[in-house]
Amino acid sequence: MTAGTSGDELWRLTAHEAHERLRAKEFTAVELTASVLARIEAVEAKVHAYITVTPDVAMQQAKEADTSFAAGMATPLTGIPVAVKDLIVTKGTRTTAGSKILDNFIPPYDSHVYEQLRRAGAVMVGKANMDEFAMGSSTEHSAFGPSHNPWNTALVPGGSSGGSAAAVSAGECLVALGSDTGGSIRQPASLCGNVGFDPTYGRVSRYGIIAFGSSLDQVGPIGRDVEDATTMLDCISGHDPRDSTSNPEPVADLRHYLGRDITGMRIGVPREYFIAGMEPGVTARIEESLKLLEGLGCVIDRELSLPSTEHALAVYYIIAPSEASANLARYDGVKYGFSEHGGGSMWADMEQTRAEGFGQEVKRRIMLGTYALSAGYYDAYYLKAQKVRTLINNEFEAAFRKYDVIVTPTSPTVAFPIGAKVDDPFAMYLNDVYTLPASVAGLPAISVPCGLSEGLPVGLQIIGNFFDEGRIVQVAHAFEAACGFANRVADGL
Amino acid sequence: MSLTAEEVLHIARLARIALTDADVERFTPQLSGILEHFAELAAVDTEGLEPTAHPLPLSNVMRADLVAPSLSQAEALANAPVQEEGFFRVRAVLE
Repeated sequence: MTAGTSGDELWRLTAHEAHERLRAKEFTAVELTASVLARIEAVEAKVHAYITVTPDVAMQQAKEADTSFAAGMATPLTGIPVAVKDLIVTKGTRTTAGSKILDNFIPPYDSHVYEQLRRAGAVMVGKANMDEFAMGSSTEHSAFGPSHNPWNTALVPGGSSGGSAAAVSAGECLVALGSDTGGSIRQPASLCGNVGFDPTYGRVSRYGIIAFGSSLDQVGPIGRDVEDATTMLDCISGHDPRDSTSNPEPVADLRHYLGRDITGMRIGVPREYFIAGMEPGVTARIEESLKLLEGLGCVIDRELSLPSTEHALAVYYIIAPSEASANLARYDGVKYGFSEHGGGSMWADMEQTRAEGFGQEVKRRIMLGTYALSAGYYDAYYLKAQKVRTLINNEFEAAFRKYDVIVTPTSPTVAFPIGAKVDDPFAMYLNDVYTLPASVAGLPAISVPCGLSEGLPVGLQIIGNFFDEGRIVQVAHAFEAACGFANRVADGL
Repeated sequence: MSLTAEEVLHIARLARIALTDADVERFTPQLSGILEHFAELAAVDTEGLEPTAHPLPLSNVMRADLVAPSLSQAEALANAPVQEEGFFRVRAVLE
């Protein structure tokens, strides 16, 4: 699985493989980082995984990592080259959220998750491309141009964390941070053949995360296998008083759940997730995956029904844009970011700033949210959506009294061509149909590769109960070993 | 739910986004189409259900009212498009 790890191809290693070999002094963190930076140099023109590559920051941090190893102070992430989604603020390093309106924004402080990465000694090689303000499922809504799927560069990598997923698959980093509001970690991980982990809402602090939908946003990892994603999630988890929605309870180390037996695990498979529009190749891989899990001793029940699943799309696309319309009110051209001064009055300047600074999809969603919150429509849209959200939560709550985890496809399709859906907003929204319900409920969920359809990766989604990430890790890790699909670096570049 | 061009312009004004005629022509059918899909929620029985604002049972989280380090004035102004004498500069609000 780790063929070709000679000096110049260290970028093929998983983070845990690299860690073992760094410890054994087979190579240094500086050599590992140099290998990844050279890989970026070689393939980035085809992939465009990054908005900003940060070689100077990376080499400095790699030197510090080698010092930590020499001092016996290394953690599993020390010296590991990572990509950081460009809505995670990094002091002194431009952070754009994929938007022209933040094109020149240099954050004066660090996000909690980046502080945690630095504390662990990880090395940042760049800020990953994304759909503008995380609104999209393909990265085509990035103001900096789309990323390309490393498996086939004519195709999208998914989104909104498409740059993070593409960087992991292309060997342009070993592991990455993304963020998930309605599927933005899991869907690109599925389309790029990676493991993407969206934690329970509140497990990871949102301090320093450029806000989209505040009751939905969570940061999480994308890695080439379950172990790397788990290590990264452990690094960023835990209470942070600077985020009032951060869960105050201590969180257990998830690495303990790696390699555990899953005999007797009760798995619910909801009927409502097997719908028209799912590609036959995706259906086939999911059916095989369920057999594989059965073979590992799990008890599969296909009678589970979550009838409100069909409403999750409408609920999400009312709540997320409503929250976005409030969150994005701060981009007024006064305090930071792009500013247009030709309007003739303060209000005209502001309207011109936002007209020039925001892309089409962001404007659509701000207007949708503004409408849903406006006088006379609040009860019919926003309040109604919040009540149906309760209904969705209640159905999951009942299901988790009976099952340990719920297993579904991650996305109804494999990666699609760049340009195929960009002019039809609703068709783009349907990409998230399987990932939205867990997001709406705030539940943790992972996407794990489960094989190929037409030569492209398919993802299996495993949803767990609140803060029950341990069981997700347990099932995902056992499944990954049985499936034999891990650490696939796309080779055709 | 079908929106008129006037309604789209009204929403854009509330959202402080200037729209061109071409924008209005594009957004009017797109937003109307999306809202039509949302109409399904009206038929869902939510009698007696409380709205969910966010997933965790946390509310009114407070911290101690203590002075702590924060950004300096220079740091807070560093990204300002226009600043003057330690302030963000904007055009006059009142005519």
